[in-house]
Amino acid sequence: MAALIRCEDLWKIYRLGDVEVQALRGLNLSIASGEFVAIMGSSGSGKSTLMNILGCLDQPTRGRYWLNDVDAAGLRADQLADIRNRQIGFVFQNFNLIPRTSALENAQLPLFYRGVSLREQRALATAALCRVGLQGREGHYPTQLSGGQQQRVAIARALVTEPSLLLADEPTGNLDTESSREIMAILDQLNKEQGITIILVTHETDIAAYAEREIVIKDGRVLTDRHTRLAVPLSRPEV
Amino acid sequence: MPAFLLFTVLTAIRILSRNRLRAGLTMLGIVIGVGAVIAMVSIGEGAKAAVAKRVATMGTNVIMVLPGSMTTSGVRGGQGGAVTLTISDGMELKKRIPMLSEVGWGKRDTMQIINGNKNWSGLVNGISPSYLTIRDWSFSSGGAFTQQDVDTADRVALVGQTVVENLFDVGEEPVGAVIRIKNVPFRVIGVLSPKGQSSQGSDQDDIIFIPFSTAERKVFGTQFLGSVGALFASTERLEDLTPAAAQIRDVIRTRHRLQPDQEDDFTIRTQVDIGKVQESTSETLTVMLFAIASVSLLVGGIGIMNILLVSVTERTREIGVRMAVGAKRRHIVMQFLIEAVTLSVVGGCLGILVGILGARVTTAIAGWPTIISAETVMAAFVFSIAVGLFFGLYPANKASRLNPIDALRYE
Ligand SMILES: Nc1ncnc2c1ncn2[C@@H]1O[C@H](COP(=O)(O)OP(=O)(O)O)[C@@H](O)[C@H]1O
Ligand SMILES: [Mg+2]
Repeated sequence: MAALIRCEDLWKIYRLGDVEVQALRGLNLSIASGEFVAIMGSSGSGKSTLMNILGCLDQPTRGRYWLNDVDAAGLRADQLADIRNRQIGFVFQNFNLIPRTSALENAQLPLFYRGVSLREQRALATAALCRVGLQGREGHYPTQLSGGQQQRVAIARALVTEPSLLLADEPTGNLDTESSREIMAILDQLNKEQGITIILVTHETDIAAYAEREIVIKDGRVLTDRHTRLAVPLSRPEV
Repeated sequence: MPAFLLFTVLTAIRILSRNRLRAGLTMLGIVIGVGAVIAMVSIGEGAKAAVAKRVATMGTNVIMVLPGSMTTSGVRGGQGGAVTLTISDGMELKKRIPMLSEVGWGKRDTMQIINGNKNWSGLVNGISPSYLTIRDWSFSSGGAFTQQDVDTADRVALVGQTVVENLFDVGEEPVGAVIRIKNVPFRVIGVLSPKGQSSQGSDQDDIIFIPFSTAERKVFGTQFLGSVGALFASTERLEDLTPAAAQIRDVIRTRHRLQPDQEDDFTIRTQVDIGKVQESTSETLTVMLFAIASVSLLVGGIGIMNILLVSVTERTREIGVRMAVGAKRRHIVMQFLIEAVTLSVVGGCLGILVGILGARVTTAIAGWPTIISAETVMAAFVFSIAVGLFFGLYPANKASRLNPIDALRYE
């Protein structure tokens, strides 16, 4: 299988005055299309830094990153925006919904920037909300939704454009166990039924257990990388 | 793209209406600025139109020749010039200058006029019949006197509205009545249509016209026969006014045997000159308006810029989210520009309303004429858009230059 993601010797160095923080130190990574990968590691090990680079939200200080065999370093800001819009869905720990804006409009947002007609935006966003079990909540504002529901709106927003890659940085970090399970069930289904490549950052082993591959990062480098198909829990919750 | 625009405008309106007080305060500068400009332009245009109307009451393409030279201060010299212009000067002009369609003259003085038991101290003007044509006088009843009346020095009179009001009872017919001017009986043969104020502000309807010859011989008691108070001429075309004035000057200088080093002993005024004097006044007004407009719109614009910068900072994370899901720089620029323009246009429209209201109030209270033209309103509207665009550009650009991840992580 062709690699969807390929990283070679990625470095990310933050400079805060005189202090230099090396968040990534020559990280190498290759992920194939259709994989469900969990990234683990202690706090500050560089997981979010990596995810932001993979999501074309940030650029590495050094090293190369190919997405679909395209070198991200050679792209202009508008081209990166296009990639984020068409190929990538991003789910954040803190949901990052636009405040005082309905669930439907939040879910519409990527289509809005794609220049789709308003009617089609509505239809696709409604369908996406339905897929994450939020039918009937289209008009709700983020403050009128629970954390789990907000994260589901964020997932609907991420998948409304039918991306090939879904990046989720601790998507269940702010959620209770029950909501976490629901979110993971949705992600699992997206991977199994639609073949969307999912990369998930988590601290929790039972969340990581949904994935087929587990990468542990330490001090900005890959510490271990193993396939965990057999580690899948027997009692996988039904959707 | 139209869907994007529509949605962005709606979003902008929603965001602004969420913070009504803030939006309102931001718009205040624009509202006041545009309002002041609209009100003052309408007052200025009203005044200009009123002046133009008064200049037009002079007649059409009129040249006036007055005795006496013009001093440096622009005031005509006094007594000495009183006899420098004569009927023969006028006749010579008519003969020598074909460009002049009419030449007339007049001589006037304030006299006691009596009708029955009423009396009125009014301006009596002895004129040649052509004077009425040059000055565009028309009649509300009766008609003008003729050259024959002048030749035989008939005692006939034409009366203006103000004189009618002061000398006749309501409903009394002036035409046919006999009035006394300096105790000489005159038959009223015409009532003049009102003209209102002159460009200098005097009441043009406070007037009685009598034949020039009659005035000279029977009323004024002139020692120097043939001397006139002023000569009047007119041309067919407006373009001929200035060349005709130059020719008049030459003819009169020759007749008065003035040496090249001698100053004119008369003064020529054309309708164009008089209009120009008024125009320069309104030009001063325009410059002042422009200054006020610039300052207030600058203040309003800076207000908009300030509030947008605050908004960009407050909504940095939102900008980050928008970028994360695919917003390009131009989308972000558009979003904030549209917010700025929405602010300035709403402010501008409120300003237009305030200005119109101000103009109305001015007319109602001070009685000044005001004109609100569609052009002024359009200009104010377009200017509001321009202010929004101009002052929105910096904040919008600033927002669009944010790095997506920095914006997302902004606390
Ligand atoms: N914007 C930043 N500026 C400076 N240092 C940063 C920034 N983002 C992350 N870091 C540092 O880089 C390291 C890795 O951070 P991060 O990728 O967020 O870790 P993780 O997500 O694994 O907890 C940490 O030491 C963190 O303090
Ligand atoms: Mg992190």
